[in-house]
Amino acid sequence: MTASTTVARPGAAPESSGAARVPLRSRTFLRGLPLLPAVVLLLVFLAGPIIYCVYYAFTDMQLTGATTTHFVGLANFRKAFVDDRFYNAILQTLIFTVLSAIVGQNILGLVIAMLFRLATKAMRSIVGALVIAAWVVPEIVAGYVLYAFFRDEGTLNEILAFLHLPQQNWLYTLPIMAVSLANVWRGTAFSMLVYSAALSEVPAELTEAAAMDGAGLWQRFWHVTLPTIRRSVATNLMLITLQTLSVFGLIFAMTKGGPSNKSTTLPIYTYQTALQSYEIGYGTAMALVLLVIGALFSLVYLRALRPEAD
Amino acid sequence: MRFRTLAALSLTGAMLVPLAACGSSGDSKNEIKIAYQQATDNNNKVMQNFLTGVKKEFEKANPGKKVTLVPIQATENDYYTKLDLMMKSPRTAPDLAYEDTFLINSDIKAGFLQPLDSRVKSWDQWPQFQDSAKKAVSGLDGKVYGVPDGTDTRGIWYDKRVFKKAGLPADWQPKSWDDLLAAARAIKSKAPGVTPMSIYTGKASGEASSMQGFEMLLYGTDDQLYNPQQKKWVVGSKGFQDSMSFLNTVYSTGLGPKPSQALDANIGTNIGTDWFPNQKIGFSIDGSWLASTWLKSGPKPWADWSKNIGWTAMPTQHGQAPGKTSMSGGWSWAITRQAKNPDLAWKFITAMQTEKNAAKYDNSAQNLTVRKDVATDPSYLAAAPTVKFFTDLVASTHYRPAYAEYPKVSTVIQEQMEAVTTGSSSPSKATSDYDKAVSDIVSGKTTKESGTK
Repeated sequence: MTASTTVARPGAAPESSGAARVPLRSRTFLRGLPLLPAVVLLLVFLAGPIIYCVYYAFTDMQLTGATTTHFVGLANFRKAFVDDRFYNAILQTLIFTVLSAIVGQNILGLVIAMLFRLATKAMRSIVGALVIAAWVVPEIVAGYVLYAFFRDEGTLNEILAFLHLPQQNWLYTLPIMAVSLANVWRGTAFSMLVYSAALSEVPAELTEAAAMDGAGLWQRFWHVTLPTIRRSVATNLMLITLQTLSVFGLIFAMTKGGPSNKSTTLPIYTYQTALQSYEIGYGTAMALVLLVIGALFSLVYLRALRPEAD
Repeated sequence: MRFRTLAALSLTGAMLVPLAACGSSGDSKNEIKIAYQQATDNNNKVMQNFLTGVKKEFEKANPGKKVTLVPIQATENDYYTKLDLMMKSPRTAPDLAYEDTFLINSDIKAGFLQPLDSRVKSWDQWPQFQDSAKKAVSGLDGKVYGVPDGTDTRGIWYDKRVFKKAGLPADWQPKSWDDLLAAARAIKSKAPGVTPMSIYTGKASGEASSMQGFEMLLYGTDDQLYNPQQKKWVVGSKGFQDSMSFLNTVYSTGLGPKPSQALDANIGTNIGTDWFPNQKIGFSIDGSWLASTWLKSGPKPWADWSKNIGWTAMPTQHGQAPGKTSMSGGWSWAITRQAKNPDLAWKFITAMQTEKNAAKYDNSAQNLTVRKDVATDPSYLAAAPTVKFFTDLVASTHYRPAYAEYPKVSTVIQEQMEAVTTGSSSPSKATSDYDKAVSDIVSGKTTKESGTK
């Protein structure tokens, strides 16, 4: 069999005699064998919980307070769609994601990356180190630091008072704004790094040529730079959106979702339902909705990634 | 070739090792596992020290038996979650679990715990336990599911220095809610800059809002949350609305902290470590354990605290009998349904609950005893100047209706408190919103009569 294969493909390089002695199928098996444990681990620890999660979403499972678990079909989803707090959580999640990821991190990251190209080396290293430091800090530490910054007696108000400016109380009056700013503070480094790499790939000839043709700064950016880094933009948006959708620790440390649920995003609400009200089934159903929202965002970005003309 | 096959096989084997490790479990006939909460503050090793001591005694007295401590280092809510997850599976269930009476009924209903009736009946120490504490560890079926190891009560802590400025007595004994408001108003006008009073509210403070805040008010009216005679949850009660009105008065007329401070998750810490020591607050409705903040070993040592801070009982709404009210929680030791060695576990409970060991724990944990013999123990009474006062409050205390629905009901209370505190809802609307939500939670098992407490 192996001999005839070799003959049947005259263009192919002759296979090594060692491998040729083992039948093709068992060779594929042997080569795949080392992958098997990884696949099993993935199935058990990754696919397993997801399948379980999907199953739980259709049950009335409770952490405590009930001995039996029943299959309840779509009851959890029906309950969610008449639950005002669930709609509120979706709204807060969208505000948080759009404000902090798509607008905040994304644009600020791009701006910093572009300024980097004009800055001196010293400036670059100082700003870069600072921005990345915020990113390296663990989420819960960042949450606490920003809580201390925004709170009534916090650093921000001390600074404002020193400058004789009116004080803020955003953790109370505009909590979603406060946590969004916190997320921008913490996450901008990622976008900045992605865009720094992308911008360094933009051929200098292109922008130079555009400049020769009389294109202004804005035109060069809009018609030359942006189309060239289009794929990086989509990749970056996808990654930071998915990261932001699942932010929990930051918000939990700063506001616990309050006051009056004004910063309760879906992950917070899921936690409250599943682990504080002990309704695991209902909480899991909401986690699934979060998964769907993430998938919808990803679809949009994937479409943007698709080549248009080429 | 042969090498490659070998390599592939051995790699496969190597990667399977962690999988195999998942399946291993070591259970022995002579071992008990004890799960308890370890405070997130690493300096707080009270429970660990106590259990380690009893473990040593126990292993010495019972040769060949082994006690394994399973500390769960977490905040209270996360501890409940983790413990429930452990008890759900026979492979992870401990033999003994430290159960908050707040959750014990939920766990009984979930089938996590064993009834202990036959064991306590023949136990000579059981008559030493107070009836209210026994009730707190009993299920709806009337059976006993845990051995209580202590309780707490709530009252009012006030700053004598602030009171002096406001012309209020150093030995303050408010008789009604109006007395509380009058004192707060006096502080507001005569000691500007001081927060007159604090009552916990909103979701950020969690169970403290429901218990130290709302229930301290409600159980001082003629109403309560649950009618034990009809076994139904109370809705539309006047007491509920009056309690919300009190809250509304406090927060809308500037007698309490600013709503943003009140709804800050750290208000409890702020009151203990900053507001009281620095004369920033007049009085606070708070737990019997507040003074442990100022112990030498506490987070804010304050040697002179007992000269400057007073404590008194929470009055009933109009001073109706018995004149004062309090709420109590408490913890208990329970044997899990999945326990591998329930008999040995019971033996360990009895070793922990000798008079000597019970007093030892209460003293080091600033815990209020539920045992009659410990209550008269001189070492117990001498442990802190507040112990006798708060222990005596046990006589007029109330326990939460800690049934399976309670955690959800409690969350609704916190939400409605928050709405009233921020002014986004009125007391009457908060009451009707609560009624609607509770009716959903308990699937209509509600009543308009409060019954007797």
